[in-house]
Amino acid sequence: MVKKYTFPMGGIHPDKHKITSACPITAAALPEVVTIPVKQHIGAPAKIMVAKGDKVKVGTLIADADGIVSADVHSSVSGEVVKVEDIPGASGYGEKMISIKTEGDEWEPSIDRSPEIIRDINLTPEEIVTKIREGGIVGMGGAGYPTPIKTALPADKKVDVLIVNGIECEPFLTADERLMIEKAEQIIMGARVINRALGIQNAVIAVDENKPEAVEKLTALSKLYVGVNVKVCKTKYPQGGERQLINAITGRELPSGKLPVDIGCIVQNVGTVFAVYEAVLKNKPLFERVVTVSGNCCRHPGNYLARIGTPISSLIEQSGGLSDDVEKIVIGGPMMGNTIVNTAAPVTKLTSGILLLGGDEFRKHEASSCIRCGKCAVVCPAGLRPFAIRQAVCFNDPAETLRRLHAGDCIECGCCAYTCPANIPLLDYCKIAKQEIRKK
Amino acid sequence: MLKISANPHMQTARNTGSIMLDVVIALMPAAVAAVLFFGIDALRVILTSVAGCVLFEYLACRYWLKTANTTRDFSAVITGLLLAYNLPSSMPCWMILIGAFMAIIVAKICFGGLGKNIFNPALVGRVFLFISFPVQMTVWPKPYFLQWTSPDGQTGATTLNIIKNIDVSSEYPMYSPADIPNLLDMFLGNIGGCIGEISTLALLIGLVYLLWRRVISWHIPFYYVATVFALTSILYMTTGDFKFQPLFHLLSGGLMLGAFFMATDYTTSPMTVKGQIIFAIGCGLLTVIIRAFSAYPEGVSFAILIMNALVPLIDKFAVQRYYGERK
Amino acid sequence: MNDLIIINMLVLGGTALAAAMILYFVSKKFAVRTDEMVIRIAESLPQANCGACGKAGCADFATACARADEPTFANLYCPVGGQAVMQKIASLKGFAATDKPATVAVLRCQGTCRNAPAKIVYDAVSSCRIANRISSGESGCPDGCLHLGDCVKACKFGALSLDQTTGMPVVNAAKCVSCGACVKICPRGLFEIRPQSPAGGMVYVACRNRQKGAVARKNCSAACIACQKCTKINDLIKVEDNLSYIPPTVDAREFGAELRDSCPTGAIIYKERVRG
Repeated sequence: MVKKYTFPMGGIHPDKHKITSACPITAAALPEVVTIPVKQHIGAPAKIMVAKGDKVKVGTLIADADGIVSADVHSSVSGEVVKVEDIPGASGYGEKMISIKTEGDEWEPSIDRSPEIIRDINLTPEEIVTKIREGGIVGMGGAGYPTPIKTALPADKKVDVLIVNGIECEPFLTADERLMIEKAEQIIMGARVINRALGIQNAVIAVDENKPEAVEKLTALSKLYVGVNVKVCKTKYPQGGERQLINAITGRELPSGKLPVDIGCIVQNVGTVFAVYEAVLKNKPLFERVVTVSGNCCRHPGNYLARIGTPISSLIEQSGGLSDDVEKIVIGGPMMGNTIVNTAAPVTKLTSGILLLGGDEFRKHEASSCIRCGKCAVVCPAGLRPFAIRQAVCFNDPAETLRRLHAGDCIECGCCAYTCPANIPLLDYCKIAKQEIRKK
Repeated sequence: MLKISANPHMQTARNTGSIMLDVVIALMPAAVAAVLFFGIDALRVILTSVAGCVLFEYLACRYWLKTANTTRDFSAVITGLLLAYNLPSSMPCWMILIGAFMAIIVAKICFGGLGKNIFNPALVGRVFLFISFPVQMTVWPKPYFLQWTSPDGQTGATTLNIIKNIDVSSEYPMYSPADIPNLLDMFLGNIGGCIGEISTLALLIGLVYLLWRRVISWHIPFYYVATVFALTSILYMTTGDFKFQPLFHLLSGGLMLGAFFMATDYTTSPMTVKGQIIFAIGCGLLTVIIRAFSAYPEGVSFAILIMNALVPLIDKFAVQRYYGERK
Repeated sequence: MNDLIIINMLVLGGTALAAAMILYFVSKKFAVRTDEMVIRIAESLPQANCGACGKAGCADFATACARADEPTFANLYCPVGGQAVMQKIASLKGFAATDKPATVAVLRCQGTCRNAPAKIVYDAVSSCRIANRISSGESGCPDGCLHLGDCVKACKFGALSLDQTTGMPVVNAAKCVSCGACVKICPRGLFEIRPQSPAGGMVYVACRNRQKGAVARKNCSAACIACQKCTKINDLIKVEDNLSYIPPTVDAREFGAELRDSCPTGAIIYKERVRG
């Protein structure tokens, strides 16, 4: 019996809805125009390097990282820059974007497009970090934290384990799962690349037990390489959360306000690790990613390899279009994703899924009074008491009270609101509390 | 038109109504036991109480609170059932309605309705009746298994009454140890008492159902019963007094009903596991103190009500460990 | 018998004496020293404890007033009590109260249900702060009113109400005390505590949209499209980031009507009188 890992505190078991697990990744059609935001990461927006009328190729640098906490942005198509301006993004707020009109599909010559897998790593850690930086790689799990910062350790920090996050605990999403099945060896190589950059020999690929094919493939392949192990985790949401995964794999807990590196861990999403492999060993910057298009109202769900900047509407069209019963279009998973206002908005480095949802299961139900069942506190993976936070927010309590309730440690996983039998939107109150704390 | 909303976009199908319905289902075995042992009278008590509670809740929501109607979520049905279970089968209907009024209007609606009451409504109703109508509340018709109506209208005493009044030193004791029913009868419910508390077996079936449906966690029932067991054992062993025999205390009176269904009431119990343990131990301690040393033979209702009053305090201090906080 | 009385007297008397002494020492040792002046100032304050003055509450404000010298006192102002209260405090301190023009909260948005029709349905908790976080809102205007009334809930003086037909909060100028709670709570900064212009009256741009004219217009028919017409009437008016701002120093009585009529989208509001 293989030991299965999980985190002890809180968690829920929502319906999986992994309807696209068996759909192979297919390349999405090249869109006529891509709009690429210059800020697809945490930190400063990248500096725009092109102007209207410039010709670019696939993989051309179009915006340069502005400082350490920032990331390069590359063109995802070849063609002509047609617009550089504020364009409403998925949320409806304006973002600086570069629009490129597609002409052909000409790649930068430096990109290695051959299908063979490179297994030798002869680069120094510094060279690896430089290549990661030049590849414009950010955490593709959703946070968008620039990856080079995580791989270039400050001298005073010591890391003993790299955790490759292949949990994908969100319902519906299968982008990471398919990637692990189809690109298993590349992911292992990517993990070895990061291992080398960190100067360690200990990468753990954490995979959820509900992905048996990925577990099997990765386990078989990992035996061939030193320093890469696969660990199977019990299905539980939010296992894919950084703090929960570290807890599950190493038993360590991340104190409030600390980074994983402070307790000797680095967590990278499998998508990120694959992008690292491509950037470092294939010279291919991050300009395309796997996107799951799914949802209970999606006619032909599937996993697509889409260029960054592809309009969301184009992917929806390719999966059968919008039917009348679609009520919400969600970017990301149903637990933590956001509804979008604008289907013209582009796929970004962080878009793991596009979900077309409708019907009672995905509707907000009217809230009734709190019956004090305390289930929200039981399921909270951060050990918070959402009911108390809600009360404090409703009474307009000062930020000090909210801080005492550790509201700032909320990871916004939504377990509380999912569980609440009175349908109280507890997470919203926690978000308001976080906002109030940050204000001061 | 599309919708925008905040995450999460999924919710469990479990809502207040379905949880309350589960509690009602879990209470059904005890109702069956009550009818088996007390016949049509038990049914009368249960129906009057439930009807009264639902009616009062409906009227109050409609004409007083003017909020959403909460009768549909079964919480008033639970109150009605629990109130009925805490009454003897000979209780007159009008008294039951007074109890229902106290439970729903005074203990629940006056505090703001569902989720806002401090005290368990059914217990408030019961204690009010107990104080106001002590005679009717302490007449215990004898159980008459599988007979539709009482054959002779005989009354008896509850086990706890018997235990309390055994005085070995007295020359003419009210009861002798021979009057104590055997343990099997106590387990099955063939004893005198309130209609819902007699059958430990039926209540245990209900508890298993609640645990299986994850309506409650095991903490409150376990710690409550365990505390009573531990304390009575200590008393029994140190004094050797027959009236502290721990098994009698577990199987008789309203302990099981209280520990499984009333102390676990969401609204009037603490919200964190730590708080629930403190609460349950407090209930157990007070129950034993009242049973052993007060003039009342039974102390479960008072114990739970007293601990109910302490819940806000417990909630304030019984905080679970935050993630990342040093263990 | 006598003994009993004497013993009783001694014991009770002794206890009383001891208790009195303990009380005396405790009250001396842990006495909270309060300035006479602070108490008198606090008495004249409205005791709304709203924090509009920038202090933690009325007691804090009273302490600050009591400690203040004349120049620092000029910076202290209780918007709730207004001029009358400040005059009273000033006379207590023996200072001259400085004159402050009457202020009122104004809402710089006209994104009513009609002007800025909904293009999407908002289906989440009724809180502007959440709505602002998750999207640009029903109308699509990223700077417009979200119609969810966080400001109404924040107003302690009942000066704000949500108009059911327009969906917008309405300021009741007679009740508004300029405490600034709405300014603080509005996630889009739509409120401004605005002094009336020197000769009375008020004129302001009721829009905060910084999108380009055409985009702004698509979201809301009453949006400022940065056409620059108003800047030609008075050169104190500036257009920045596609948005015009009329400073309070612009004389409303003189330019108000002209400004209002010049605006092609009707984004400029002119009020002859601030209250009533």
